[in-house]
Amino acid sequence: MQITPLGDNALVLEVGDVIDERTHRRVQAAWRALAAEVLPGVGELVPAYTTVTVFYDPWQAVQAGAPENGIADWLVAKLHERLKNPPKMEKFKGRTVDVPVCYGGEFGPDLARVAAQARLSPEEVIQRHTKADYLVHLIGFAPGFPYLGGLPKELETPRHAKPRMVVPPGSVGIGGGQTGIYPLATPGGWNLIGRTPLRIFRPEETPPVLMAAGDQVKFRVITPEEFARLEAGR
Amino acid sequence: MIHVHKPGLLTTVQDLGRPGYQQYGIVVGGALDGFAARTVNLIVGNDDNAAVLEMAQTGPELSFERETLIAWGGANFEAHLGSEPLPRDRAVRVAAGETVSFGLAVTGMRAWLAVAGGVDVPLVMGSRSTYRRAGIGGHQGRPLVAGDTLKTGTPSEWAWKILAALHQDAKRATAWTVRPETMGRPAPAGVVRAMRGPEWDWFKVEAQLDFFRANWQATREADRMGVRLTGPMLVREKVGDMISSAVNAGVVQVPAAGQPIVLLPSRQSVGGYPRIAAVVAADLGRFTQLRPGDSMRFEETTLVSAHELYLARERDLNRVRTGLARLAG
Repeated sequence: MQITPLGDNALVLEVGDVIDERTHRRVQAAWRALAAEVLPGVGELVPAYTTVTVFYDPWQAVQAGAPENGIADWLVAKLHERLKNPPKMEKFKGRTVDVPVCYGGEFGPDLARVAAQARLSPEEVIQRHTKADYLVHLIGFAPGFPYLGGLPKELETPRHAKPRMVVPPGSVGIGGGQTGIYPLATPGGWNLIGRTPLRIFRPEETPPVLMAAGDQVKFRVITPEEFARLEAGR
Repeated sequence: MIHVHKPGLLTTVQDLGRPGYQQYGIVVGGALDGFAARTVNLIVGNDDNAAVLEMAQTGPELSFERETLIAWGGANFEAHLGSEPLPRDRAVRVAAGETVSFGLAVTGMRAWLAVAGGVDVPLVMGSRSTYRRAGIGGHQGRPLVAGDTLKTGTPSEWAWKILAALHQDAKRATAWTVRPETMGRPAPAGVVRAMRGPEWDWFKVEAQLDFFRANWQATREADRMGVRLTGPMLVREKVGDMISSAVNAGVVQVPAAGQPIVLLPSRQSVGGYPRIAAVVAADLGRFTQLRPGDSMRFEETTLVSAHELYLARERDLNRVRTGLARLAG
């Protein structure tokens, strides 16, 4: 496993070079091994598609015994050692998160666009989008925004050349081969096909977001009435 | 209690940020120049992570309900205590009801104001930093507006002693100053040290040479997330998309247009643009002070040298900390 510096206070552990489930599992395993016990001088760990980035404080590393002219080498050795002998961990099993979505209409202004490029009817797009199993590869971009793998190939739709200034929270979008859910009102270039009444970002809760890397996601169709009811009840 | 009479252009409550939640897509944020914030906190006897006010371009007008000790530093702002100039980089005694007013930044962009005891806003996910996009943290999740009142925490023993000493001598401010820009081994003006980034090899040799020899200008496209620079076009050798990965404050990423963006603490947690370089932590504060049109160049350094710079600055700050602790006896 290659470890590359990212500036003077982070190291990037390169686990693979393609986006797939196998790489995802290896990222998760490496991340969990490193997170199981705090390493000296290390702050947070950020997993992504093919990497785990390890943030550290050079000053703290030196306090913990790193030689001043070899801080990174000292940390790299610690990381390798930990990865070779991971502490005993409970087998990780992601949860399955059920996501109710009201497709089309004002909630999914790009459903027709996705349908047109897929040469499918909007109903067929919805059917295929809900039938697939999705994997949360990583959370990023905005608080709780899940980058989901598993979108059926035929639904892949290029991003808008000009992103929308504001995408409403809960919007379910397709960006190229990815699908995801916007947690907050943010600018965004993905094709919006529907909206969920679920709150993705919950700053008052622990953890503060609905999904985590490694979770499975399943979309399910709801009517505008159900949407209104769920939104009012949350 | 702090009363906000005028908010300034963009004044927010910030501490050293909200680390630990990047895996959930939550930005670290915090004072854009953490070292500057730590320094003003140190001057008033606060912990490093106490919440301060960060101001940008035009500062706020404030008054304090009780006599208190404050300190400010960063860009050169017009600053007054009543009708007198407000000294910077040192502890200043402000009487109850007196007005502290900041005007325009004369040079640079941002400054940090610490109050003994720190600004007391609720902790959200372990931090008092304002996270504007998510509408959380700081004061009600937003920049200050006129009419806001902010609570302050309990000043340290040390702060009380300094305040009492100033009071007794009928003095406004301490004679000593602490200036973060002199600590460690500062780069010459207009120079910022940087290391090669993980995707350095993705760029053509000409682009690699240009990166470290060109004069880069700051553009108007600058905020708490990053600063876009303009200069020679950085052409890539390797085409194709990069797989999104974590980014860090100081990372220099290059979108397709070939113009670099230097990321600041409120950056997103992951990014998908090739990272040609990374600015050393000790020099990142420079980017929080650039105005549109200001020019700078990057000087290449190694990881070991970057760590030397980092440690030198921490050592100096610790020396000051020890010295100040002795002051109050």
